[in-house]
Amino acid sequence: MTAIAAAPRQWRRPSLIANPWLRWGLWLGLAVYLVIGIGAVEVNWQRAYEGLDRGWQFILGFLKPDFTSRWGDIVVGMRESLTMTVTSTVVGVLLSIPIGVGAARNLAPAPVYLVCRSIIALSRSFQEIIIAILFVAMVGFGPLAGFLTLSFATIGFIAKLLAEDIEDMDESQAEAIRATGASWWQVVTWAVQPQVMPRLIGLSVYRFDINFRESAVIGIVGAGGIGATLNTAIDRYEFDSAAAVLLLIIAIVMICEYSSSYIRKWVQ
Amino acid sequence: MAITTLNDTKIWQRRTPPQQLLVWAGWLGLVALFVLSWQVMTQDTIWLFVLDAPQQAADIGRRMFPPRWEYMDRLWKPLWDTLNIATLGTMLAVVVAVPVAFLAARNTTPSIHFIRPVALFVIVSSRSINSLIWALLLVSILGPGLLAGILSIALRSIGFIAKLLYEAIEEIDEKQVEAISATGASQAQVMAFGIVPQILPAFAGITVFRWDINIRESTVLGLVGAGGIGMQLMASLNVLAWPQVTLIFLVILGTVVVSEWVSAKVRHAII
Repeated sequence: MTAIAAAPRQWRRPSLIANPWLRWGLWLGLAVYLVIGIGAVEVNWQRAYEGLDRGWQFILGFLKPDFTSRWGDIVVGMRESLTMTVTSTVVGVLLSIPIGVGAARNLAPAPVYLVCRSIIALSRSFQEIIIAILFVAMVGFGPLAGFLTLSFATIGFIAKLLAEDIEDMDESQAEAIRATGASWWQVVTWAVQPQVMPRLIGLSVYRFDINFRESAVIGIVGAGGIGATLNTAIDRYEFDSAAAVLLLIIAIVMICEYSSSYIRKWVQ
Repeated sequence: MAITTLNDTKIWQRRTPPQQLLVWAGWLGLVALFVLSWQVMTQDTIWLFVLDAPQQAADIGRRMFPPRWEYMDRLWKPLWDTLNIATLGTMLAVVVAVPVAFLAARNTTPSIHFIRPVALFVIVSSRSINSLIWALLLVSILGPGLLAGILSIALRSIGFIAKLLYEAIEEIDEKQVEAISATGASQAQVMAFGIVPQILPAFAGITVFRWDINIRESTVLGLVGAGGIGMQLMASLNVLAWPQVTLIFLVILGTVVVSEWVSAKVRHAII
């Protein structure tokens, strides 16, 4: 056996970013940013150190959650959150169906398309909590403000995905229905609706899940729901009650997630 | 689909009668649930306040315009803080999420029965709690400031990034892994040459996508005291300075549009 000659050429993995200038430029930019960015963060270490004790209490609270002492508040908050989620999902989906159809390029004329797309963009650009602040200012504290917020946020989500789904549908089925002399409405009911319905149901179930999670947040600004209970518990440093609320939220979210994936599988 | 015969004519229907009944019952149940929920929800509503909502809205609208442009001088620093919260939070989340994803993926986890469920639990609990709630907790533990914001963004993003990444790892092409291990490569080499190149585009896409979401979320973290432009928003709302609120809304809108544009560009370049 003679020694194997070294390979004349060497192979190297191709990089994700082919242009070396861009690649090294990005790394350099990242390094510079990290130095500046971390430098800009002012931390009061004294305060953070004092907080360690509270952090430990919070972890202990998770091990020994206190469901009893605030049970009344928890029940009221959960009832508001759940009813808010149901009503806002139903109303939001009902409103987003016409808007979604109007925002599909292949079904709607240009002016309608533009109007519906602007509604969607408006609803998607703001966080739920900002919309909640405005609605609380308009209709007062309570779950009704939360209901309006979540319905509005649902429109942007469902209508956008529904419109994309309609644009992606199988055109030949619509053409077959049109060839029988069907009107616009008949095309929508017999060609479009059967094609997008399974996905619409899946999206609505998914949005239900999101709405519940959001309903736990908008209570912080007074829009009702379990968030208000949680906020009170944390403000009073009652970490064991807060842990109980958080565990309930995690449990309900997990139930929602499992049943929604089950429903989606069943529909499709 | 069902075809029934009536007087020797075939009639086509979309569903058989039992199916029709089932669908109908489902809708009835949904309507009943909706009505019940609506009644429970609105039993404490004071309709007098709701009825004058249009006037309130018009009133707020009048006070909001024109925006107070001079206030912009005091928004640059909070805006920079907001960007820092989102970016540093995303980076911190990536550092934690990548190992978690490898532990959670069925084909790379060291142990399916012990380590994988733990990793999945980390992912689920991080995902089910909103970053605002994390911020609420961390502000009461660490005190108000940027650190609480960065950590809450990171805690929420870990689950998101790890979930999408482990799904990407599970969907890789096993043939490439096999080819690399056939050359006698070690575990680490299989990882570096067989798995990582396959998931790198997905990883970059997920990270930029989450960064975009984090920019949105970090604009409101200040509402609970976790730093950024939301603190100015809260301060302005508390003194009912609506022209300043309008300006902050416009700044948030601009930031969100820019970050969405950047993320769309990057994802377009990768895919």
